[in-house]
Amino acid sequence: MTVRRGIFLSGVLVLCAWTLVPIWLITLGAVGGRDAVNAWPKSFGLGQASLDTLASFLRIDGVLASALTSVEVAVLCMIFSIALGAPAGYALARYAFRGATTYRLLILMTRAFPVGILALPLTVGFINLGLYDTALGVALMHTALALPFAVLVSASLFQAIPRELEEAAWVFGCSTFTAFRRVVLPLALPGIAATSIFAFVISWNEVFAASVLTVRHRTLTAYLLAVLSESPLHVQFAGGLMLIVPSVLFIFLVRKHLFSMWGIANR
Amino acid sequence: MADILIDGIRKAFGPVVALEKVELRIADGEFLALLGPSGCGKTTLLRIIAGLETQTEGRILIGGRDVSALPPRSRGLGMVFQNYAVFPHMTVRDNVSFGLRMTGADSARIERQVKRAAGLLHIEPYLDRYPAQLSGGQRQRVAVARALAIEPAVLLMDEPLSNLDALLRLEMRAELKSVLREAGTTTVYVTHDQTEAMGLADRIAVLYAGRIQQLARPAEIYSHPATRFVGGFVGSPPMNFCELEAHGGEVTLGALRLATPHDGPVVMGLRGEDVEEVAPDQGFPLLVTVAEPMGSHTLVTGTLGAHRMRVVVPAARLPQAGETIHLRPLPGRLRWMNAETGAALETV
Amino acid sequence: MRKTLAPYMLIAPSAVFLALLFLVPLVQTVALGFQRDGGWSLGNFAVMAGDLNFSDAVFNTFRIVLIVVPLQLCLAIGMALMLRHIQRGRDIVLWIWSIPLGISDLAAGLVWLAILNDRGYLNSALYHLGLVSGPQSYLTYETPVALLGAIILAEMWRATAIVLVIIVAGLQLVPKEYAEAAGVFGATPFQIFRRITLPLIKPSIQTALILRTVLAFEMFGIVLALGGRNVPVLVSEAYNWQYANQDYGVAAAYAVVVMVVSLAGTVVYLRVLRTPKEQRT
Repeated sequence: MTVRRGIFLSGVLVLCAWTLVPIWLITLGAVGGRDAVNAWPKSFGLGQASLDTLASFLRIDGVLASALTSVEVAVLCMIFSIALGAPAGYALARYAFRGATTYRLLILMTRAFPVGILALPLTVGFINLGLYDTALGVALMHTALALPFAVLVSASLFQAIPRELEEAAWVFGCSTFTAFRRVVLPLALPGIAATSIFAFVISWNEVFAASVLTVRHRTLTAYLLAVLSESPLHVQFAGGLMLIVPSVLFIFLVRKHLFSMWGIANR
Repeated sequence: MADILIDGIRKAFGPVVALEKVELRIADGEFLALLGPSGCGKTTLLRIIAGLETQTEGRILIGGRDVSALPPRSRGLGMVFQNYAVFPHMTVRDNVSFGLRMTGADSARIERQVKRAAGLLHIEPYLDRYPAQLSGGQRQRVAVARALAIEPAVLLMDEPLSNLDALLRLEMRAELKSVLREAGTTTVYVTHDQTEAMGLADRIAVLYAGRIQQLARPAEIYSHPATRFVGGFVGSPPMNFCELEAHGGEVTLGALRLATPHDGPVVMGLRGEDVEEVAPDQGFPLLVTVAEPMGSHTLVTGTLGAHRMRVVVPAARLPQAGETIHLRPLPGRLRWMNAETGAALETV
Repeated sequence: MRKTLAPYMLIAPSAVFLALLFLVPLVQTVALGFQRDGGWSLGNFAVMAGDLNFSDAVFNTFRIVLIVVPLQLCLAIGMALMLRHIQRGRDIVLWIWSIPLGISDLAAGLVWLAILNDRGYLNSALYHLGLVSGPQSYLTYETPVALLGAIILAEMWRATAIVLVIIVAGLQLVPKEYAEAAGVFGATPFQIFRRITLPLIKPSIQTALILRTVLAFEMFGIVLALGGRNVPVLVSEAYNWQYANQDYGVAAAYAVVVMVVSLAGTVVYLRVLRTPKEQRT
């Protein structure tokens, strides 16, 4: 019994290492600078690492700007997804109306298609509208990716709040809107916050649409992809680490909601 | 067919003790109810018997075989779960035959026993349906049929009727009793509903705070509760208790002088229906606060000094609030309990 | 139910948005793909199919998807079952295992580039162990099998987490009584898994497979980061035609292929892993 337990626990640890060690290694690659990247054989400790490498990475032309563009795009995507998705979720949760099924079908359809690839035909339209190569344009495209998720998750968030609570608020004199603001919203807020963070991560990580829709105002992913063949390895690793860190932090923040969000999203 | 010996079973969840050294022997073919309020440890005990929970100490013997370390599948049990746990992705037939298929029974035997179990529970018309197409009561029958189909040595039931509505529960209770009598299986039945336990069981074990308070036949539990808790838990309305002070081997209650087992503080226990209305000089006074006509009788709530009491009077009698009625305990129906421990005292 | 305009006003913005940024580009992509030199034609597809990289792109994409997705599903189910038996520290293990969920495919490609490049950490570790004498290359066109293996490894590392999260969420929806009942009625742990757990999480498996397959066909950054242009896949070809060759028609033709393949995959999953209404909980 204890031997089996030992095998089991080492399996768990191996899988943890399988996840964590690669992140540690790219960190080494990112902070070690040119010397560490070219060193042979490499050491697996921090050694003479310094944050200078990361600082000089940020000074490379275009890096900081693209990181800021990424943040801008992701924040816009987050705002759009919730602003458009939460009301729709509320409607799906609270009203039975003609067209609800069609709407749901539209939402679910997005899942069968690689939405990012739809950025291709948008290029021309975006050029005409002046949205091409802007943070707003990329954010709109990313919202198309994150919105269906936001709708489904917020629908089930609202569904989980008993209608009776709202009805009680009406009985005690609240208008529909006040009842929503005072009763439903506070209860749904943590879940909605988690959903918006997820929208941020979806946008922050997206490579294809961002690469297609920008030339000069690139997001960090688009920038890194564009310079992939010409920049030295340590710069690429620094960029990779910079992509990873915020996402990992965000996943940590929403870890409690991760499973309810996905449990819901697959119904 | 097998007897069950529960030998010194203790269960602790971290610092919380769920069961304290429970000793229990259930005879072959007996129907034993584990009765108690939620959190008393009754379900934990059942799950330990099933092997779904591991005891901290003690042994379980089924038919003389120590099964303490065996996984559930090797214990030869049938079990009915509170939410039925009827597999939603299998037809009724596949559900009922599940246990037989798992133990590798041949198809002739499977068919025979499925037929028999389905017949007993009247579910033959639904054998090819899925559970989602059945009502709660029908699903309940499937769960019982599934447990009986394997002809288990021991049948465990965990609040099997609690998810049914009141009328259906009454019907299923009667039916369960006749089905199980026919099957003759040793049965352990967990419930918090005392009427279920009273109606179904050969013996009842009343559990409270991880201990067996009393193990006896239903009538005995009802009329001679071993502790104050049992008296208060079994019976509707529950037994009335009055903390009294005895002097010279008796207490004074209105015009009555009642003999007590000893002097000093003592608790008198009296069932609501064990009283008769008498003239003022022959009983104790009860100041009526509420009278509820129940059809077959009238339930009267009132006060006797500082004590609250609920008694039953004939349906024809409907005292008004504020009225004082005079009552006398029926002979031999008074119970005395230790004021500190709540344990029943030998009646004089 | 009250008859009111409210629900329509609430869904309208998102419906309009999805129409403009999902349905319209969807139609545009198809239209673009079937137009060449100002008229309707299959010219784009002819150019696409005649391109040197096309068959490689198709083969690479399918090879990666067909290897990665089933492996991920098995690994994720295994991990989810392991989680059930962890007594202490379950939450932290779960968090660690779901970290890659937040990592983009480009970043994942860079992570594995750090490990697998010729002076990378894998070779260093092998050198310390005395297994290699100097830097070895895995990521060049001369080592196609190793390169494909590297991409598969990186995909496994990055995207198993999403499958895991969906499976764990699905398992949480299955009451534990079903497995307990099966155990009481004589099923071995393997039988419980095979006959009870697996069928009951079928809807989650379906969702995970649809999501993963569609995303795997979209795979892009990871391939470019590890293989550069040595491993063409469908989406990277679309990107090249759009960006480098400025031929939007052929790029759209590739997009149409990716969409058709994704849709076909989804339809297959929907049919094969269908849970009839009467068998739901």
